[in-house]
Parts: sequence; C-alpha cells; structure tokens
Amino acid sequence: MMMKKIGILPAFALVLMAFQTAPKKPLPVKKPVAVAPAGLAAAVNRGKTIYLERCLACHQVDGGGVPHLNPPLDGASGVLGKDKARLIRIVLKGFDERVELDGEYYSNNMAAHADLSDQQIADVLTYIRNSWSNKAGAVTPAEVKAVRARIK
Amino acid sequence: MKKTISVLSLLLVVAAFSSFTACASDSLRSAAPNSVVADADNAGLKLPAGFSALKVAEGLGRARHIAVTAQGDIYVKLMGRVAEGKAVLRLRDRNGDGKAEEISGMGNYGGTGIAIKNGYLYASSDEEVFRYKLNEKGEVISPMQPEKIITGLINRRQHESKSITLDNAGNIYVNIGAYSNSCQERDRQPGSLGRMPCPILDSAGGIWQFRADKLNQTYGDGIRYATGLRNVVGLDWNNQLNQLFVMQHGRDDLHNIFPSLFTEQQNADLPAETMYALKKGDNAGWPYTYYDPFQNKKMLAPEYGGDGKKEGGKEFIDPVVAFPAHMAPNALLFYTGDMFPAKYKNGAFIAFHGSWNRAPLPQEGYYVAFVPFDENGKPGKWEIFANGFAGVEVVTGTRGAQHRPTGLAQGPDGSLYVSDDSKGTIYRIIYKGK
Ligand code: HEC
Repeated sequence: MMMKKIGILPAFALVLMAFQTAPKKPLPVKKPVAVAPAGLAAAVNRGKTIYLERCLACHQVDGGGVPHLNPPLDGASGVLGKDKARLIRIVLKGFDERVELDGEYYSNNMAAHADLSDQQIADVLTYIRNSWSNKAGAVTPAEVKAVRARIK
Repeated sequence: MKKTISVLSLLLVVAAFSSFTACASDSLRSAAPNSVVADADNAGLKLPAGFSALKVAEGLGRARHIAVTAQGDIYVKLMGRVAEGKAVLRLRDRNGDGKAEEISGMGNYGGTGIAIKNGYLYASSDEEVFRYKLNEKGEVISPMQPEKIITGLINRRQHESKSITLDNAGNIYVNIGAYSNSCQERDRQPGSLGRMPCPILDSAGGIWQFRADKLNQTYGDGIRYATGLRNVVGLDWNNQLNQLFVMQHGRDDLHNIFPSLFTEQQNADLPAETMYALKKGDNAGWPYTYYDPFQNKKMLAPEYGGDGKKEGGKEFIDPVVAFPAHMAPNALLFYTGDMFPAKYKNGAFIAFHGSWNRAPLPQEGYYVAFVPFDENGKPGKWEIFANGFAGVEVVTGTRGAQHRPTGLAQGPDGSLYVSDDSKGTIYRIIYKGK
C-alpha cells in the first residue's frame, strides 16, 4: 500500500512540474524535462541492456534478488522512492553498508559502476524503476551528472 | 496477505515452544521407526524407488545445519536475527509418527554450525563456537550456560557461516569463509585484478582446527589446517578414511568481471563445485586458481592473469569429486546408517542450496546429491538423490525456489534429515524397500 503511494508520487510530481511554466524557486538540479511515454519506453529499453550486462547476475532476471545475499529491486521501497540521488550514488560508488532494506539484511558486496556514462546510469535506473511490478519516475542524465559532480 | 500468513505461522511456532529445561515426561515417546508415516506426497520430493519422505516440521525460520541425538531429537541451528532464546531449536517427536510435536529453543546467536560429539552439543554463531553438555537422554543440561570454546573469528558478512565438524581425536574443524569472491582489489568490480599475495588467507579462506574442549580459543590457539578454500559450508569427518572432507563453494562472476574472456555460458558452467579430501597443510588454490570440470584442470584465475586456457599452480590439491558450477553445496554427510540399501553405506550426501550465479541461464541445484564410496574410500559417479525442493520445474530467479536444502543429519535409525533455510522445513527421508 505504502510502497505504491511512494512510487506514484514522483511521477505525479513530474507531471505537475511539466505544467508549471516558471518555477519560483531555483531547483537544486537543472530542471529535468518530463520524459514523455515514448521517451520513457526508449530509456527503459536502453537501460535493460545495461541491466543484463551489469546487474542481472546479482539482482536476477526477475528483479527478485537472492534471499539474504542480494536484495530484490522489484517492489523495493528504496528503488521506488523519491530519493533518486541515493540510487545514483549506489551505482556510482557501490554499496556494502549492510543497512536494513525493507526489513532484511544482505551479505554480498555491490561494486561501483562509475565507468558507466550519465546516460547509461540514468537509463538503468529508469529501467529498474519501471520493470517487473515497479512504476516510478525516470532518472535523467542531468540528475546523474549533478550527483557525480558532488561525490567527486 | 503474505505478511499475515508468515506472522500466523510464526505465532503457531511460538505457541508450540516450551523451555528446554522444563523437562516433560518421556512416557509418550517412542523410537519405533516403523510407526513413522511418510507424507502422501513424500513431502513434495522425488526420491529413488523404495524411499519416502515426510515433513517433520515447517516454518521454523532460517534452518541451517541440523544434528540428531541418539534418542532422535533434532537440534536445528537458526541463522540471522533470531527471536530471544530461539537460536537453537530442539524438535521432539512425542508419539513416534515422525512429526515434531514439541519445539523448544535456547540461545540468542544466529549462525549455521551444529554438531553432536561425545556427549556435547556444539553450535556456532558467525564469530564464535559454543558447546553444551548433554545428559544421558541427549538433552542440554544448562541451556543458559554454554561454554565458549572459540571466539573472535572474522565475520565480514560475505561467506560468514562458521560450519563445524569434529574428528575422533578431540579436535573441532571450523570453516572461515573468505569475505570476497576472488580477492580482487575491489570485490566483484568488473576488471579489478587480484591482490598478490591474497591477504585474506591469513585469517579466512580456509579450515581452522581447534581443540573441542578448550575455552576461549582464537586464531593464535588454532591451526590453519587447510587454506585456499573460498567458502566451505558443508564439511564432515569421514570415519572410513579418518579424514576431513569438505565441499567448496567455487568462485562467481567469471563473465561479469571479465566479459571479454568468458561468455555467459562459461560463467554458468565454470568453475566446478568441488569436494576435497584434506590433509593438514593442504592448499586448494583459491583465489589463484579455479577448477574446470571439462578440462579436468586447475586454471589460472583471470584476476591473476588467466584467460580460461592457462593452467594454474601445480602445488594445489585436486578435488576428489567435481560437480556443476554454482550449485552451492551447503552440507556434506557420510552415511553410516543401516536403514538405506548397501550402496549408500559410507557414501556422501550433499545438500545443494541451489545457484544464483548462472543467470541469465536457468538456475541449478536445489537438490540432495549422492556419491557412492567403495570399500577403499574411492568415490564413484555422483547422482541426484532427492529432488523437488524448489517446487517448480525451472528456477529462473533464485527467489522462485520454494525450499533450499541446507543441512543434513543422520538419525539413530538411519533416516536422513534435510533442512531448508527458505521456509524452515525439516524433511525426513526413510527407506522401507519396494
Ligand atoms: C555483485 C552483486 C551485485 C551487482 C552486480 C549489482 N548489485 Fe545492486 N546490490 C547488491 C547488494 C549486495 C546490495 C545490498 C548491499 C548492502 O546491503 O550492503 C545491492 C543494493 C542495490 C540497490 C539498493 C536497493 C534498495 O532496496 O534500496 C540498488 C538500487 C541496486 N543495488 C541497483 C543495482 C544496479 C542498477 C546494478 C547494475 C548497474 C547493480 N545493483 C548491480 C549486489 C549487486
């Protein structure tokens, strides 16, 4: 229930932003252009190629992960959530913080994938946010670029 | 919906708990094996002719290794975060039908290892090993006062299970798994090379030997009995040969780390999961080599300059049996019982947890295999013994497997017990002939 709500929110926010003409406050990240359905499908398609090459081994074909070893991405509140910067950071820096993810701990190490381009990282994250049962807003190359600049 | 069901079954289990010390009367217990009734569907398992199976208990949690007393009680080691006083469970069949009517628990440490030897129950967390004295009925005398015999073992989450077995000379053997896949500069990073020499091997990636009766031992008190073993979850003392046998979890990710050297198919098929017969001082070659079951050779790992064709160091030992890749052997048991046909005597059962690193190809394993050993202790060809744990024909993603074999134990009547750490099921496999 809760998860669904979180997932729909960012998409909703994007749509709202698209209707606003000039935002009053300057946004921290260069304002992403709302991805039109056709653009989203293309990004998801490109992201799938990256997923198959870089992520599938651990997170599996069905996004279901491996119990206690690699977390599921399908249905994960962190994947569907608003904090896209966290997702970008995970791909850029790797992840072995052993924090609780939806009530479970995972014992494998995720390596960094910083050699991927901004576009590729945006695409793969857009893919995992819009595959299996997931539905959440796209991640843009500009958002990846901003996070990459901050963690350098 | 799922939540409700799991909470419900948990409540049921908790309701069934009584304390270890509250010792109820034994008048109801019967050890008569003939009254054990197999489940109509053989607990969902496919077995050789003449064998049948039942579920002794379900919904126990992450049931890792198991041990059975001479009286038929089953001790189960639970892993991960465990409920207060429920780290080691004791399952008791009060009426001899094979099902556990009474479940009690003790301890607060998650872990994998459990063993019974010479009147003691041994159990491990991911850093320590404890022991408890048993009374003549195989019951723990002081559940709240275990003796801590080993402490301070390295646990960096990956390959954290401290599996244990004991010999007949007062020693206990502990697996300390390597907290790495292949000792790369950066674990599982595409292209990252191996560290030389691999510093992990000082304190992990091998089997350590300690005394079974000495308190508070740590690295300095033990011996690195064998090294170059990435992670051993299944190990057993072979009494026919008086020798330690182990099952190694072979390395992962040949394609994912070196996509230009290994295809996805090669990633799925390499390296073999290997059985080793160990002698003190042996080195099985991890992380420098891996075993290729098609070329029957130890190959140089790509992190150390290998390319799938270059052979690795000759100084490393060869496996005695090689199995398909990535199936994750989580338990090894040499069968010494009289219930099963003669072919099984002194042979090895292996519980394969089931793979994940074969993706995108279908996953494999999720069964109990058997390797016959002849009168000289030479292994024959392996075969699948008990299958069907996964509950589906093809496992594409590991999450799809219903049950995952993890522990093995032999009952006093020769029954074979199998634990499942996915749904917390304990199976009992019996033989009544044709
Ligand atoms: C070697 C295995 C492995 C690979 C390959 C891998 N991951 Fe991970 N991933 C993990 C593990 C393990 C964790 C959790 C780490 C922890 O808890 O410390 C994780 C966590 C995550 C999370 C956080 C999930 C949550 O619930 O918040 C995301 C998102 C993620 N990975 C995405 C990816 C993407 C995208 C790729 C491919 C570019 C990828 N992963 C490749 C193992 C892997």
